[in-house]
Order: sequence, then C-alpha cells, then structure tokens
Amino acid sequence: MGWIEILDRAEVVTDKHHIRGSTGGGEIRRAPNLVPLRITCLPNDQDKMFKLSDKILLLCVGEAGDTVQFAEYIQKNIQLYKMRNGYELSPKAAANFTRKNLADYLRSRTPYHVNLLLAGFDETDGPGLYYMDHLSALAKAPFAAHGYGAYLTLSILDRYYRPDLTRDEAVDLLKKCIEELNKRFILNLPSFSVRLIDKEGIHDLEKLMPVGAK
Amino acid sequence: MSGKYVFSTSVCRLYQVEYAMEAIGHAGTCLGILANDGVLLAAERRNIHKLLDEVFFSEKIYKLNESKSRYIIYNIVETYGIPFLPSHRYLLQYQEPIPCEQLVTALCDIKQAYTQFGGKRPFGVSLLYMGWDKHYGFQLYQSDPSGNYGGWKATCIGNNSAAAVSMLKQDFKEGEMSLSSALALAVKVLNKTMDVSKLSAEKGVYRDTCIQSAWSMQHMQQC
Repeated sequence: MGWIEILDRAEVVTDKHHIRGSTGGGEIRRAPNLVPLRITCLPNDQDKMFKLSDKILLLCVGEAGDTVQFAEYIQKNIQLYKMRNGYELSPKAAANFTRKNLADYLRSRTPYHVNLLLAGFDETDGPGLYYMDHLSALAKAPFAAHGYGAYLTLSILDRYYRPDLTRDEAVDLLKKCIEELNKRFILNLPSFSVRLIDKEGIHDLEKLMPVGAK
Repeated sequence: MSGKYVFSTSVCRLYQVEYAMEAIGHAGTCLGILANDGVLLAAERRNIHKLLDEVFFSEKIYKLNESKSRYIIYNIVETYGIPFLPSHRYLLQYQEPIPCEQLVTALCDIKQAYTQFGGKRPFGVSLLYMGWDKHYGFQLYQSDPSGNYGGWKATCIGNNSAAAVSMLKQDFKEGEMSLSSALALAVKVLNKTMDVSKLSAEKGVYRDTCIQSAWSMQHMQQC
C-alpha cells in the first residue's frame, strides 16, 4: 500500500454545453500503517484544468508533476498548431492527439501516469467530452469521472443523466453528485470549481460547496 | 552538383530547378478548375504503346484520402509514394483527414529541401492538388520543383500550359462555375492546347483524356 491520493472531479455533458466540476483543493494523503502517522489537509486553489484553446479544456490528474508536465506539453502543442495553420484543432482531433502522445510515452521508459478529461465545443459537432485514462484509452462519453469519487458519482450520473439536459439541470446534476460525495465519501472535499463550455467559449461558474462542509 | 549555384552580380540562379521546370513544360498537359460545387482535374494521357497493359485507372491522378477530403495529384515524373506519408501521418495522429494546405506545405517543404541541401537533384515534378476540407472548402493548389506553391481558381501545367492559362483567364467566370460548366471549359481548353487532330469526334485516337472531379469519378473517353 502506498500513499492514497484523492483527486476528484465529475463532469456532465448536455446537448448544448458541458459542465465540468472538479475539486478546488482537498488533497489528502494517508500513510500506509494502521495508525495514521500523518494526515495533512492542504486546501489549495490548485487548478487542474488547462485551457487548450478557446473552446477546449483539459482536466489532468494523477502523478504529481506528470500532470502539469503532460498537460502543458499538450497545451503548447495545440497552440503551436493554431499559430502554424491559422485555425484551431477540433476537440476530437485534440483528444486523439493527446491520446497518441500518451500512448507513445506509455511505451517508452518515461510514461506519464495521468488521467484526463478533455471537453470541447466544435462548430459542426457540438459539445464533446472525452475520457482518457493513464493507459491511453480514449472514449467519447456523455459523462465521466476519475478517481475514487467516480465509484460514487457514476451511478448518480447514470441514473439522472438525460441527453437533453438544460444548463441548469446539468448544474443540478453536478450538485447531486457532490452531495453524494459529501454523504458517502470518507474524505472531506470542501469546494469544487466548475467550468462550462458552450459555443461562446469557456465560462467559470460559481464554486460549489457541499452543504455541511466546513 | 557543381555549378548548381551560380552567383552573378544581380541574381542567384539554380539551374537544376530551372531545367526541371522546363522539362515539365514538355510533359502531358494537366489543368485544374475550381468550381462552386467542386474541383476538377483534367489530364492528358499519352498512351505510349498499344500493347502496354492498363493497370491503373489513371497513371497520373492519385487519390490520397477518402471521406470528405480527397486529394488527387497530378504527377509528372517521380513522386508517387511521397504524398501518402504526410497525409497518413496526420491521420494517425489526429484521426482526421489532413487539411489541404498542410499537405501542400508538407510536400513543398520536401521539394524545397532538395534545392538547398543534400547535393541531390530536385524533384522534376509539378503537382496539382485538389481537395476539400472544412476550413476553406474546395481548393486547388499548384506546386513546382522549386517548392513554391500557390492556391488557384484555375491553372494548367505541362505542354502548352501558358496558352491554356490565358484561355482559362478569359473564360473562367468567377463565382459562376459549376462542375458541369467547368468540365465543358476544361474540354474546350484541352482541345485547343493538345494536338487538335488527335482529339476529335471520330473514333480511334492516340490520346485519351481522363477527368476526375472531387466528388464524382467520371472516366470520360473522348473518341
């Protein structure tokens, strides 16, 4: 048993736009022995979301250091594409580009241990959410989650997600997920930052605090 | 390549590149026309020998990509396999067909590299590229052995290309060309610039013209 690292996020996609939620902070590590030697709660405002372009967001979690390194590498490459060609990569192309890179590094001596969610809005295809894990498996999904929180939230999303959710309904669904985490999850996750992508671009919504959290 | 670079007081000339471009002027004519609803490439095909077996549908026009973007290139001499690499490398990385101009740029970079380092002679190839992508719609590009390229509404390379281009300049109607009128214009121009006696209404000719458009494959044999 090693350190347990908890980083939670949940994401909801509707026909018109995306909402992704992730924890604003709340990283807790627990030592391997039965009696916990150290419990450190570091509520920091670490933003795990990387803006790849005006309409594409990348949420990157996993091994410390790998996340930022890989995400920034992808981010700069996507921006380079735009500078070279004058137009941006579509979310689907960006997701596949990310996947190819992750896959290539996976089969080298220096793999990146990161889990990703990529969300974007395409002019022709509309909103899209791409789930990618550290083994470079890519799937386009209506909703997705990574981490221990996924065990709890995916069932909520399964139950209440509909393809024709409105924006407010999607935010409500996200709140439901967070309530569930607050109720059932052992760790206290004080706040979640939420971003929305629609045809106008990326918008910051208000931070979600679970009721009863400190 | 001794003598490749000649510096005079006013101009630096790369003779190998110029020779290559001149050689292309003797090759079979190919013209391309951009219409509102498509792009057209028409190429003269010289049947060298009656006994020569037809393997390819056309020896000069190649399709690089399916589904939405099709890039068909007119090859004069020797770059058969080269365009496939950049276009499929892009497809592998982005799971999307390569946008037209990026493919043109990739190939022209290769061609230009041969004029600057390596000591090898340049590719004796002028290419016409036609395709469609979601950024700029239907497009037509031309590149030559120097690695220069440009986007065109209508252009011609090969034998008698200057005459063809001036005809196209007169008859091409900006914004009003449909594929069928482009086809008619292409045939008319080719008729003038190829040896007229061999392209006629009677049966039994030496030369066929093969026309492929971006969206519909029509093999038109003019007898």
